[in-house]
Amino acid sequence: MLRDALLVAGKDLRLELRTRVGIGQVLPFAVLVLVLFGFALDPDRGILDAATPGLFWVTVLFSAVLAVQRAFSVESADGVRDALRLTSLAPGGVFLGKAAAVAVQLLVLEVALGVGVVVLYGADPSGWALLVGTALPATAGIAAAGSLYGVLAVGLRVRETLVPLLLLPVLAPVLLASTRAFEAALDGSPADGWPWAGLLALFAVVYVGCGIGLYGTLLEES
Amino acid sequence: MASVIHLSDVVAVLGGFPALAGVNLDVDAGELVALVGPNGAGKTTVLRVCAGLVPVVSGEATVLGFNLVTQSRGVRSRVGLLGPAGGFYDDLTVADNLRFFGRASGVDAADTAAAAERFGLSGRLASTRVSQLSTGQRRRVALAALVARRAELWLLDEPHAGLDAAGRDLLDDVIQAACGAGATVVLASHELDRTAALGCRHVNLAGGTTGVGPGPDDGPAGSGGSDDCDHGAGPEVTDAA
Repeated sequence: MLRDALLVAGKDLRLELRTRVGIGQVLPFAVLVLVLFGFALDPDRGILDAATPGLFWVTVLFSAVLAVQRAFSVESADGVRDALRLTSLAPGGVFLGKAAAVAVQLLVLEVALGVGVVVLYGADPSGWALLVGTALPATAGIAAAGSLYGVLAVGLRVRETLVPLLLLPVLAPVLLASTRAFEAALDGSPADGWPWAGLLALFAVVYVGCGIGLYGTLLEES
Repeated sequence: MASVIHLSDVVAVLGGFPALAGVNLDVDAGELVALVGPNGAGKTTVLRVCAGLVPVVSGEATVLGFNLVTQSRGVRSRVGLLGPAGGFYDDLTVADNLRFFGRASGVDAADTAAAAERFGLSGRLASTRVSQLSTGQRRRVALAALVARRAELWLLDEPHAGLDAAGRDLLDDVIQAACGAGATVVLASHELDRTAALGCRHVNLAGGTTGVGPGPDDGPAGSGGSDDCDHGAGPEVTDAA
């Protein structure tokens, strides 16, 4: 399964390198959202300081929807789904590979957004261990849930609108927990944030497990 | 001779529509069979059913010893399907696609490279994105992937479509060689002269069923589910659908 996951992740990342959709479209979209939030919540009023963690993760979620849609739109091309079903790849491996490729892209995006909130919002990052300990399971959970719901919509014409409708409510706990953990890190009270990071890890484990177990069936039914 | 495909009163539904409404087909190992019939007859669906990609709603269906009602996934890694669409990632190069699908199907890299060479896909074309290829070149990529796969059962949907004369001749050679090597080939085609020259047995489909509709040499009122082809250098065929 691991070999299959590496093969699929390598293929998806190679697709990204060839098309540069993430760098050329998703990243500029995310930066634009940050800038627009900055305009809407005037930095001089101090609202941005309090809202920065939430704005960061809302932007990550919106960008994740785009990344997931892109990851599964390439599987919707004529005949590709059949070709994939005719391979010897383990469905769980395909799921892990697609989720890993989305996660890698999101991590790159989060680093860029982190720089963005420091530059645009004047955030003062601290509590690095908690920031990293939050970002990693949150990203894994977002990528796993995104890959699970992405495959549901892969054969549908309405997938562009269906994926956000399915995915964003499911990711609400991730938004809540990651925002609280980032707030604790930035406030200098990391002890308050670790339970939220643990919740994120649990979310990721549940969705990775569900994905490995259900992906094959969902691919057949989609 | 061992039976590779046995379909008996097979019914398959696509999007609520009965795409197959009682298909009967028996194909022996090493046989070369052409499914013929008008558009919408169900030829493509029969091929996809045999590949384990379309569920069988009722009837008996066994391919390569797998019961398609209960073991449809098992047969997939042992068949090769050439569909009307290429089934490749448009934004990857020819080499990327062949390498990915080859490795995903457990094919040796050397076999993939040899198949690419055989279909003229080495050199500059190898580093060209599939989206930039012509229809015929895409067809060659799909054929290269199929040949590299060394499947026991070849399922070809309009295999000659989009190929130039040289490509068609090459394809015919490849099909004959596959049969000679023991593979079984079932193809759907409107090009009856080609299928006849290959020496295939013709099976008629119409309205999602076998055994009705005109044969390749019949007039519009003809009937009969199977016609053995007398010409060509293909395998001797005696079985009927």
